[in-house]
Amino acid sequence: MASNMYHKEKSIQMKSSASALYNNLSVLRIAPRSLTYFTVVHANMVNMVSASWDGLNYSHRQLQSKEANVATSSSLIMQAAWCVLPSRDILVLTSQKGIQMYESDGSIMVYWHALDTPETQTAQAVFARGIAAVREKYICVGISSGSMLVFDVPIKGSNITLSEVLEEHKESITDLASECSGSLECIADMVSADDSGNLCVWKSGEDFQLLNKIPGFDMSCSSVKLWKGTVVAGYGTGQIRLYEAVTGIVHAEVNAHARWIYSLDIAPFSGLLLSAAEDSLVRVWHLTMTPETNSVEIVHMYNECVTDTQICGAKFCDGDGYAFAVTGYDLSEIIRYTQV
Amino acid sequence: MSMRTLPLVFINLGGEMLYILDQRLQTQNTADDNTQKGVWSDDDRKRVMNDIIATMFSKAFMEELLKPQDLYSNRALRTVLTRLAHASIMRLNPASMDRLYELMVMAFKYQLLLCPRPRDLLIISYNHIDAIREFVRDTPSVLNQVDETHRKIIEVYTPLSDGEFQLLRQTLLIFLQDMHVRVSLFLKDKVQNPNGRFALSTTGPVPHGTEVPGLIRMFSGNGKEWKRWEFPTGGSYTSSIRVGSFERFGDRVSRIGTNMYSVTQPEETHTSKNYSQKANSEPNPLAKEELNLLARLLGGMKVQNRNTETGFRVNLFATDQEEEEASLFNSGCDAYCSILIRDVQVNTELARIAGEFTGEPEQTESPEGPSNKGDDLLAMMDEL
Repeated sequence: MASNMYHKEKSIQMKSSASALYNNLSVLRIAPRSLTYFTVVHANMVNMVSASWDGLNYSHRQLQSKEANVATSSSLIMQAAWCVLPSRDILVLTSQKGIQMYESDGSIMVYWHALDTPETQTAQAVFARGIAAVREKYICVGISSGSMLVFDVPIKGSNITLSEVLEEHKESITDLASECSGSLECIADMVSADDSGNLCVWKSGEDFQLLNKIPGFDMSCSSVKLWKGTVVAGYGTGQIRLYEAVTGIVHAEVNAHARWIYSLDIAPFSGLLLSAAEDSLVRVWHLTMTPETNSVEIVHMYNECVTDTQICGAKFCDGDGYAFAVTGYDLSEIIRYTQV
Repeated sequence: MSMRTLPLVFINLGGEMLYILDQRLQTQNTADDNTQKGVWSDDDRKRVMNDIIATMFSKAFMEELLKPQDLYSNRALRTVLTRLAHASIMRLNPASMDRLYELMVMAFKYQLLLCPRPRDLLIISYNHIDAIREFVRDTPSVLNQVDETHRKIIEVYTPLSDGEFQLLRQTLLIFLQDMHVRVSLFLKDKVQNPNGRFALSTTGPVPHGTEVPGLIRMFSGNGKEWKRWEFPTGGSYTSSIRVGSFERFGDRVSRIGTNMYSVTQPEETHTSKNYSQKANSEPNPLAKEELNLLARLLGGMKVQNRNTETGFRVNLFATDQEEEEASLFNSGCDAYCSILIRDVQVNTELARIAGEFTGEPEQTESPEGPSNKGDDLLAMMDEL
């Protein structure tokens, strides 16, 4: 392990602290403008910070959960994530009340979808969680019931429509991920994960097609990624598992963390994998594919301990994994690390 | 988010409150403070504990809590807890109630963070219930209520999945976010840093169901392991210890949620916060709805006869100087709070209950006598 692979950079201060939610950091790199956006959820609000690459300019915006003022209850946001589509980037917020979609810098809300709430209060919580941009034109969002909503997104404008509802999971959706290698050869386009650890592998289209169902072991899968046909899943037990998406064959099993994993990320160009958990540790791994033997190897590269912090978000800031950012519960800063 | 937080919130926060009250009331007996000397007996203390526990575990109260609902706001929760603290003949001044609330909440936050698995929140709750059972072991009727409640809790919570428990925990952590009150007991034990944040260990046993980190296993297409190797973990973990009992009785194994005040000195319940911290005082548009919810809850609580001359006014923590400092801090909130109350429709059930305070004649303030009734009303309004 290279103990000096990364070093800590100057942190970015936020207007409020990060909430203890899965995958609570989203990063969008905007090369033409030499800046990076970071979004972090705080209760019923999203902190958005834009940081210029020269480190000199920071600007802040806070987005509110819609219908936060409705008399019955406040509307907590479960997740905020950027969806990168060919012609536009959409910021999606999922909450107890519904799904909000914003244009680029968060200044204009282009779409609102209200969740069906039951007439009488049931013990089952209602919320949306799990966000992924799939292929050229879809945004998928998970629901606490286990359903998934597929939205059709036009090249521009607000004429976003609900294209399909996928009913395969029986437990609350925890995370969604789309194939991030950029390769068009991959058969599987998206993977969905739920609270019992079940994983579903999908092919997108006018009608999404279920390619495979990988059974869980009654342990929540809180974070999932899909890269070159390999599913990388992080669990509440602290384990990471690698599966071949379309067959469900287990490639590898890692006893990675001592507590619940909260975030996974992959740098698609280099195959670096980032994992972060409540145990205060961020770990960097390297994935290697060997197509001849149809195997995937995972090698440990680096550890970073964020003292006294339960980490809730960790993302690479670029496609090579040259830098990554971390958020922790109750922390009002985004901690950054870059390769030495 | 989670619709199942309230019962556990009250059992754990209420439990912490009882630990603190029990310790402080015992200290009052031996205090040099002349205003309280000789006023409290062991029986008085037991009576206070019994009254509070009886109210907290009453069928009506618990039934209301067990209904699936969102977690109350900080304001609403504090009001109900204040009301609970006053379910006996004991009266707390605002500064004492503030301090009590801070201690309760910070203890619960610490327990939530240290909880090895989300499901272990039940173990923490059961540790509190076990202790509460001890407090009322001489009063069969109340003991029965506690047992009954414990049975209900087991029934409701045992079927929840780990994911649902984590959602519950996340909901509570959001509620407790940004609270960094320093507690001298925690600082002394080094579980809290001087900046108010808790120390999280990277050593010790892993939670039940988790493997000790460090192992990578590779599998071939037919499922056979073909390679394994270790990686450096940066921590020092050991195998998990045995699981505690989730039944009504049994060894809970974990000490989280047991009484940490039973061997402490009075000074260790000293709290301090940065007064520069943002007070949670932004206008609450849900005030009316919350008050209605609260009213239903409080309406079910037994109202102690406020007229009693044996009502005991207690300074739980403050020396005169600290009390003055605390009241200076609070006074800014008073004006705002009274405006908030005016804005809300006054014909709620809560206002009716609150009105019971104002309907009584003012008592002359005396050093050892019952507190001024206006103080009580103000104290309650402070919490809203």
